[in-house]
Amino acid sequence: MAAPILEMVDIRKQFGHIIALSGVSFGVQAGECHCLLGDNGAGKSTLIKTMSGVHVPSQGEIRVGGQVAHFTTPRDAMAAGIATVYQDLAMIPLMSVARNFWMGREPQKGFWPFRCFDLETADTITMQEMRHMGISLREPGQAVGTLSGGERQAVAIARAVYFGAKVLILDEPTSALGVRQTANVLTTIDHVRKKGIGVVFITHNVRHALAVGDRFTVLNRGKTLGTADRGHISAEELQNLMAGGQELAQLEASLGGTV
Amino acid sequence: MTNVQTNEAPRPTLPKDERVKELHRLHKALIRPELGAICGTIAVFVFFMILAGGTQMFALEGVMNWGTVSAQFVVLAVGVCLLMIAGEFDLSLGSMVGFSGMIFALLVMKLGIPVWGGILLTMMLCASLGMINGWLVIRTGLPSFIVTLAFLFILRGATIWSAITFNRQPVVSGVGEVAAGDPIAWLFGGEAFTGLFQWLGQQGVIATFTKGTRMGQPVVSGIPMLMVWAIVFVLVGQWVLTRTRFGNWIFAAGGDPEAARYVGVPVARVKILMFMVAALCAAFLGIEQVIEFGSAASDRGIMKEFEAIICVVIGGALLTGGYGSVVGAALGAIIFGVVQQGLFFTNVESSLFRVFLGSILLAAVLANTYVRRLITGEK
Repeated sequence: MAAPILEMVDIRKQFGHIIALSGVSFGVQAGECHCLLGDNGAGKSTLIKTMSGVHVPSQGEIRVGGQVAHFTTPRDAMAAGIATVYQDLAMIPLMSVARNFWMGREPQKGFWPFRCFDLETADTITMQEMRHMGISLREPGQAVGTLSGGERQAVAIARAVYFGAKVLILDEPTSALGVRQTANVLTTIDHVRKKGIGVVFITHNVRHALAVGDRFTVLNRGKTLGTADRGHISAEELQNLMAGGQELAQLEASLGGTV
Repeated sequence: MTNVQTNEAPRPTLPKDERVKELHRLHKALIRPELGAICGTIAVFVFFMILAGGTQMFALEGVMNWGTVSAQFVVLAVGVCLLMIAGEFDLSLGSMVGFSGMIFALLVMKLGIPVWGGILLTMMLCASLGMINGWLVIRTGLPSFIVTLAFLFILRGATIWSAITFNRQPVVSGVGEVAAGDPIAWLFGGEAFTGLFQWLGQQGVIATFTKGTRMGQPVVSGIPMLMVWAIVFVLVGQWVLTRTRFGNWIFAAGGDPEAARYVGVPVARVKILMFMVAALCAAFLGIEQVIEFGSAASDRGIMKEFEAIICVVIGGALLTGGYGSVVGAALGAIIFGVVQQGLFFTNVESSLFRVFLGSILLAAVLANTYVRRLITGEK
């Protein structure tokens, strides 16, 4: 196997006396959907923030394409191709899809002082990218507020992919969604994976994870319990691991001895 | 097999999503921020055409009269509109109008600084005050309401104090004489296109005075400079807002600062800049009035901040930011000017103006809230 595009090696993070992460290790390959499962309080938020450069780990290494990387700001992580789509921080409802899509990176044309926002290019590319994600928009000028939660996630994902993300971290993208919208997001994840992008899908919903995941890592009490491949672990086993690992011993085999 | 050859690959047609309801044209028009203001403007014009049709209100002189009043509101409303879309507002702008005029007059009359220098220094001072306002709001995280309310009093107090201290009375006069012949003062006062109006008068297109010292001169000698500026402000403001990258950042900063920051929009910079632009609009109006009237008065600009906010809200902007239009705000300002002067033409008790203002503000806010629900699909 090639070097993972993003690898976390024994990451530990302490806030004063509180140990938030006590040994997290996993790697994401290009073109895979790596599911990170954990119950509330397992350390998912801290881990996301560490991967996206918000927190600097107290111990351990982050490797990007095999090279050790030091992220001190979210900008560093973004520059390394790691994009994070937060559940509630993705879009501005009053603005159009195209304006949201290009927010912060608007294409421009003309010369100063008449340089302006190239709305035509922006609209065309937005429609095209959304079509690639399987979302049909009425028009690029449609306000994001009129989209469903799933479609908003899809716009945010399409945006991250278009702007060169190599690793996409999705923070509980399905937890607030209904069945159809969830299916929408899972399809989008599949589209992204096929483009050769590594997806880190963070969730506590085992069924959603099993629907698209290639590999599964369980996070419990700030620690990763190991990684299992698709087909080598069942929903019940994942559920038990998340819940506290009472049946850890029995599962050792199915987790490939990495526990 | 078909023999038909086309140069283009057939465009893939997407399966129609049955849930995406085609928007009715009316619905589409409704979600434009200016719509309410356009209807309001038409209503106000029709109303006064009927009520004041027999007066001079819609003669050229009358048009210049309410046009000038509207232009004053427009200049301030453009700044307030951009600031409000960026998610903030500034209650100190009315005081800023008085303050800038007073500082300008004192610089020119008491320190003997040339008019152009006075204009430049006043603009710079007011821009810095706007920056301080913005910086305090961003830095402390306090609502702009409270920070700028403080400046409403600070600036008004400073205006009166400086007038009394340096001039021993609340009015500084004599600026008109000094401004005559200055290289840039003409930009702030007087009239444009006077030659054209002279010619129109000679051609008999517009009426001329038939007696007195100005016999033969047209009754309207030109377009007030302020009106020209108001149009320029609106065009530039609307262009920047809807057609530039920076305009997108203004919407983003007001729509959801967190989401905007996350994708790399410099939210703090955008907001502070908008505070500065609004302060500059106020300073422009302050200086313009001093040059136009020849004097600075320390009570000038009182209530202007609220009137400008009303114009902007009538124009379809949301008080919460992220949505609005400069053209809408300008139409709001025209409604304001037409009604204020229209009541004068129709001899209606002028205190009713305030009653009207309050009512139209309420109506506009209700309409905007409804439009917001249409856009975002909230219930």
